[in-house]
Amino acid sequence: MTILIFLLLAALTIGCAVAMVAQRNPLYSAIALIGVFLGMAGIYVTLAAPFIAAIQVIVYAGAIMVLVVFVIMLLNVEEEVRRPIRLRRLVPLGVLLAAIFFAEAAFIIYFVETSAYNPPPATQSNVGLTASVGTGLFTKYLLPFEITSLLILMAIVGAITLARRVSTLEGGRTRLRATEETRSQTSAD
Amino acid sequence: MVPLSWYLALSAVLFTIGAAGVIIKRNAIAMFMCIELMLNATNITFVAFSSFFRDVTGQLFVFIVMTVAAAEAAVGLGIIIAIFRNRLSLDVDDASVLRD
Repeated sequence: MTILIFLLLAALTIGCAVAMVAQRNPLYSAIALIGVFLGMAGIYVTLAAPFIAAIQVIVYAGAIMVLVVFVIMLLNVEEEVRRPIRLRRLVPLGVLLAAIFFAEAAFIIYFVETSAYNPPPATQSNVGLTASVGTGLFTKYLLPFEITSLLILMAIVGAITLARRVSTLEGGRTRLRATEETRSQTSAD
Repeated sequence: MVPLSWYLALSAVLFTIGAAGVIIKRNAIAMFMCIELMLNATNITFVAFSSFFRDVTGQLFVFIVMTVAAAEAAVGLGIIIAIFRNRLSLDVDDASVLRD
């Protein structure tokens, strides 16, 4: 039963991810990415991590994707135009390298699958519940947590600085241009 | 119980799709979303190992990765807006020089 749910969620996630990359309109890609995030939240639930699943929906599908969709709407992004592949003769080499890469990944996954590690018996563990995450976050990993808040502060200041209209610079340029024009006029006179 | 390797395979597939998207796409916002997908794919690995080894540290890592992703979203979208304001285009081929 769990395997069936996992397969359904994995199919949803991978399908939405492929649709996101294949889509040319950024708004449709954003909606497909929301599907990816929701599927991932379901996968976290199958891994017995309800706190991470809730955070996934709230932070990613909620906050970040709203920001992305907002920017797409604000900038009125047009669809990508289809262009020919520039390095067509390198395609066989790329396929070969991809095959080698997939063989390596499959070997590692096979190795993990057949390794001798036996997970501890499935007792009633509280790993993944909000209480255990909070305990870890505020005792052993308090310093990284505080540094995280500093990072958020820097990101806020950086985003405001970047997205601000550079009025002083533009104003300075127009003023400079105006003085140059008056100077050339006076010299012409 | 789903084997651990299935979660790792799912994570690898999603990461590869995201990486391919970053290479294929030319729209800055689409590339940005592919980067978000790659960050999320690694999160699956963290949570899978955390849940299989009964250690909460992996989930704390995921928490911090999500914070970094949120900060990256704010700054990245700010940069995208600044590029659009200068060049009136989101094609990364048009923005190949840093100066304006």
